[in-house]
Amino acid sequence: MAIIKFTLNHKQVIVNGDPNRRLLDVIRNDFNLKGLKEGCGEGECGACAVLINHQIVNSCLYVLANAEGKDIITIEGFAETKRFAVIKSAFETAGAVQCGFCTPGMIIATESLLNANPHPSEAEIKIGLSGNLCRCTGYNMIVEAVQIAMKAGEGLW
Amino acid sequence: MVKHIIPETLSEALKYLYQGDFQIIAGGTDLMVQNRSWSETPVNFTKNMLYCFDLLELKGINVIDGRVEIGAMTTLETIMNHPGVPSLLCQAIGEMASPAIRHVATLAGNIGNASPAGDSLPVLILYDAWVELRNMAGFRMILLKDLIVGPRKTAMHPEEMIVKIVIPIHNFDFESYIKVGGRKADAIAKVSFAGAVEIEDDKIADIRLTFGAVGKTVIRNETAEGAWIGMTITELKTGIWRLIDMYNQLIQPIDDQRSNKYYRKTVAINLMKDFIDRL
Repeated sequence: MAIIKFTLNHKQVIVNGDPNRRLLDVIRNDFNLKGLKEGCGEGECGACAVLINHQIVNSCLYVLANAEGKDIITIEGFAETKRFAVIKSAFETAGAVQCGFCTPGMIIATESLLNANPHPSEAEIKIGLSGNLCRCTGYNMIVEAVQIAMKAGEGLW
Repeated sequence: MVKHIIPETLSEALKYLYQGDFQIIAGGTDLMVQNRSWSETPVNFTKNMLYCFDLLELKGINVIDGRVEIGAMTTLETIMNHPGVPSLLCQAIGEMASPAIRHVATLAGNIGNASPAGDSLPVLILYDAWVELRNMAGFRMILLKDLIVGPRKTAMHPEEMIVKIVIPIHNFDFESYIKVGGRKADAIAKVSFAGAVEIEDDKIADIRLTFGAVGKTVIRNETAEGAWIGMTITELKTGIWRLIDMYNQLIQPIDDQRSNKYYRKTVAINLMKDFIDRL
């Protein structure tokens, strides 16, 4: 047992329990935040993505013990920002959402990319999204959505 | 019951390693998958765990006297974006995993995991990288090629931990790294190849060839490389059949779920041939 403290969506939280739990399960079950999904459970699909210290991370591969002191933002926390509003609108415009299972992860990936590189090339966008699988769209619409967000949100990143 | 320890300092971590049998965990991107249990249950670690990812003493990169020193808990993303890190290593890291994994995974983890398909290993071994191991009593430096002794086996003692990876900087005239996998991101290599050549007065001054995922450990043969020192690129190109003969014997891959030995060997030899053709 261990006591792990971190910031979740800008609130200081404490988890008392097994430090070998997956961050994915802690966020979904202890905090009832179900935006992140378990897809593959082994770091290949990106459906469980969260931002840790503002970088995309797979929460299925992240052990609770390593969360101590980190700043963690899920899609629910990110949804309250101006940046999210721009990305959401861009995904709608480009038709980048179909079944929606990958969408929270795709949006987290978009934020992580634009935060580090506000003007990515198409190749850089593809690298930025390379850890996120989508079985519906064929990816072109998602790449286009990131390009739309980048232009529409000029100055936000 | 396995113990879970989150040490606050390196010396505290080394004390635990001295006292008992611990598995060191860094970012955990390999260990979390290897010990995966049912969804919603804790990861099924079978050994006492020492969580070292946040040891500040082991984070950071220094460029000193012709070498790059990388702290064991530095993430792949930080390494890849550092201007002092050799470009071939940056390229290997870029092809190794998605950003989400690069933000967490470490080079020390890739080394400690000692997978025959570890993507950073062919490049690190090409650069003659060293690893600094530490225990309570002190430290020792070991060449990476001597540290990895077999699939998932290292020459580390149970009370030691990797604290630093040291890469001698070497300016080659030609260098190349190619990975063949099922997907551009997040794939485990079927075959990989790294090659580098340095020319002086039109003669080969240094040539290094490494192959990943086609043997129990990275394949590098310094005798085979040494035979070409002092020769010209033209002589190397005309004598390539000799090189192919040699590596045909040295490369003995296996069949597994990712590929088969025939494909692996053919592609490994072709990657080397292509590298030399392009010199």
